[in-house]
Parts: sequence; C-alpha cells; structure tokens
Amino acid sequence: MNVLKMTDIKKSFGDNEVLKGVSLTVDEGEVVSIIGSSGGGKSTLLRCATLLETVDGGIITYMGDDVTYYNAKGKLCYSKDLKKFKRVFGLVFQNFNLFPHFSVLKNVMDAPVSVLGRDKKEVREECLALLNKMGLGDKAKAYPCELSGGQQQRVSIVRALAMKPDILFFDEPTSALDPELTGEVLKVIKSLAEEKMTMVIVTHEMAFARAVSDRVIFIDNGIIVEEGTPDDIFGNTKNERTRQFLQNYNN
Amino acid sequence: MTLTTMIQKMSEGLGNTCAIFFYTLLFALPLGVVFALLRMSKNIVISKLTQLIVSVLRGTPLMLQLLAVTYGPYYLFGMSISRNKLIPVVIAFSINYAAYFSEIYRGGIESISVGQYEAAAILGYSKAQTFIKIILPQVIRRILPSVTNEIVTLVKDTSIAFTVSYQEMFTIGKQIANSQTSFMPFVVAGVFYYIFNALVGFVMGRAEKAMSYYKQ
Repeated sequence: MNVLKMTDIKKSFGDNEVLKGVSLTVDEGEVVSIIGSSGGGKSTLLRCATLLETVDGGIITYMGDDVTYYNAKGKLCYSKDLKKFKRVFGLVFQNFNLFPHFSVLKNVMDAPVSVLGRDKKEVREECLALLNKMGLGDKAKAYPCELSGGQQQRVSIVRALAMKPDILFFDEPTSALDPELTGEVLKVIKSLAEEKMTMVIVTHEMAFARAVSDRVIFIDNGIIVEEGTPDDIFGNTKNERTRQFLQNYNN
Repeated sequence: MTLTTMIQKMSEGLGNTCAIFFYTLLFALPLGVVFALLRMSKNIVISKLTQLIVSVLRGTPLMLQLLAVTYGPYYLFGMSISRNKLIPVVIAFSINYAAYFSEIYRGGIESISVGQYEAAAILGYSKAQTFIKIILPQVIRRILPSVTNEIVTLVKDTSIAFTVSYQEMFTIGKQIANSQTSFMPFVVAGVFYYIFNALVGFVMGRAEKAMSYYKQ
C-alpha cells in the first residue's frame, strides 16, 4: 500500500515557483532518498508533505485518505481533520528543535502522553527502551544543552519514533553536525531501515543515500529530474543533469 | 519628633505601599499577557488599536494617568470620587504596568525560534498546548531579568500615589516633612525603598537561578 502519495504538487513563494508539479509515492517499508542542490525544492516538498506549508496545487494522500482535494468548484481544499493525518507521520529537523526546557525523557514522552493521551507509565517504559536502543539510556535525565549535536539528533529521532508514525521524514538530518558526529546519526537511520521503517530522507550524504535507499529521487528546479534505484542514479545515470550534479558533488 | 516615632509612623504606611505593589503585580502581570496577545493578533484593527493604547500608556506619565483615573469620573460624569483611593491607584498602576509588561512579553514570545512551533505542530500539540507547555516556560525564563527591572521600578513608583493623597509610606513621610520642616522622612523613605528592592532582588535572583537548569 502507498503510505504517502503526492500528485502534481505545486508551491510558490511569491513569484518564486519552488515546486512545479512534483509527484511522489512511498510504499510501506520503503526508504526513499531525495537529493539535489540547495534551493531545488527538496525541503519544501518535505514541508508540504508534513503540513508545515500549504500547497498551491496537487493532491496529498496518506494511507489512502486525501489530505488535499479539489471541491466541486475546482478549488483546492485541505481536509478538516488534519489531526488524524499528523499521527501518520513524523519529522526529524535539521536543527533538531528539541524543547530545551524539557529533559531528554520528557522531550520524548510528553507528546505521546499529552497529545495521544496514552498511559504515562507505559509510554515511559517504551521511551526508556527506545533511548537505550539508541545508546542514550544514560542521558534520559539530561537536558538537550548537555548533549552533543549527534546525541541531540538521536534524541529527536527517538522523539519522532515515540509517536509511532507510519512514515518518518528526515530533513537533512546531518547537515548541522560535524563530520565526526554524522556517522552516529546515519547509523541510527540505517538501523531503522533494516527494521523496515518507511522513511523519506532529504540528504546531501550521497554514499549514505546509496547504501540505505530503495529508491533515489533527484530534484532540481522544482521538478523530479530522475528517479530510480541507487544503482541507476549513482551507478550509471543516463541523465545529463544528474551526472553534472553528482560530478560537482564528488569534486 | 524623634527618629523612632518618625519611622514608626511611616511604617504604618508600609502596609498600603505593599497593597499597591502586590495588587498591581497581581493584575498587571496577567493583563500584560492579554495586551501582548491582542498586539500580536492577526486582525490588524485589534493589533493597531492595542499598539496605540500601549503607546499612550507608555508615552504619558503614570502620575497623569493616576489623576485621570481618580478624578476623571468626577469631571466627566459627575461621579463621586471614591473614598478608598486604593481602587483608582491599583487600576491606574495595573493598566500602566500591563502596557510595559506586554512589550516585554511580546519581545520574549517573538524571540522563540519558529522551529519550536514547528516541532510542536509536527508532534500534534494544539495551539494552546504549544503556548502553555512549550513557548511560555521558555519566554518566562528569557524575560525574567526585564520583569525584575519593572518590579524594581514599581516599588519606587508606589510613591506616586501621594498625588492622590493615598496614605502610603511616602505620603505620610511627606506630611511629616512638611509639618516638622525636616528632611529626615525622605532619608527614611529612601532606606525603606532600598530594603524593599533588596528583597525583590533576592527573590527574583532565586527565581532566575531556579529556572537556569538549562541553557537556551
């Protein structure tokens, strides 16, 4: 089943048309990487999918339910029940955006308790187990400011996982990290891929994208230039623009 | 009049000074939130109107506002001037201080990064939950030093109540100074205010320390 289906998504900021009709489907258990140069529309696509931005045109569907639709007059509308859709996905930000006044454990367990209304004890045990699994067991009581960037990003991944999303988005999860700390975050994402977590990852880490993805999408200038398996894209792309982009990258 | 009787008489006014102080904080702190939220309203009429009111409240003397609240109803509507002067004093002080607090709150609220709102939105927090659980605690932490500043000023501003002859400490001091042709009451008043503010500084310092368990 398609967890996410985006059809002909259009988005402009003023005169700047950032997305010019992008379509994307993500199946259950699939890992999709989105690559492309800055300003090409990768992050905007993710922000539209996670409802942080409203699209100007196109249909977004989660688990077969329409988030956006065209009414009888042909006007684009958003579903009245956005809350329902917000439970479907999670997002890991480039800058973590942890809550600085909450301890690590509270960062992770507050939303399941106060948004989903789940039992506190149960959530607490789950979250502690998740933190342990991510090698953060001893940091439960620490505050975000006491952690390294890599640890903060791992906490924010746990925070997203604690909501048990059907699909997890990553918006350049390692771009704010030192090269040394990048590895520990990528390792965590890789382990999630092995557990068949459905994920969409916007990244500049080409080797990582190649290793972890089932499918790679190259976005440039607001359109999908090429889409295929990692070997198609990184191995022997037929597309001139893709080749150019990857070449610049390798230099 | 000996210094001791002077201090004793002026101390009797301290209760009223404290009444102005505590009631003003009690009403102005929350009223400031209302002003700040109205000022940040998406409705441009409400926002601009609030901006105008705040600018008048900040741009005219508190003493003038106090006189307006105390005697305005008499001159405008022929209403009798309230016997209990504490009521107009607290009204004038609360509205005036709320205007200052609202600008401090607004600065604090706007200093919180968009990322905090976005993280909360993704996790499904409602608007009210986001404000109360995520934003407000961080705002309080950030604005505490500025709020302390206002509170220190408020302690000293309570003396303005002498303009409507409300029997607080400074009013009594001034009366003694006049009748005894002595400067001593003013010295005593200065010491009183200084001690009061030392206490304020101590309490607010504790509060700041209690909230500094994380770095922003």
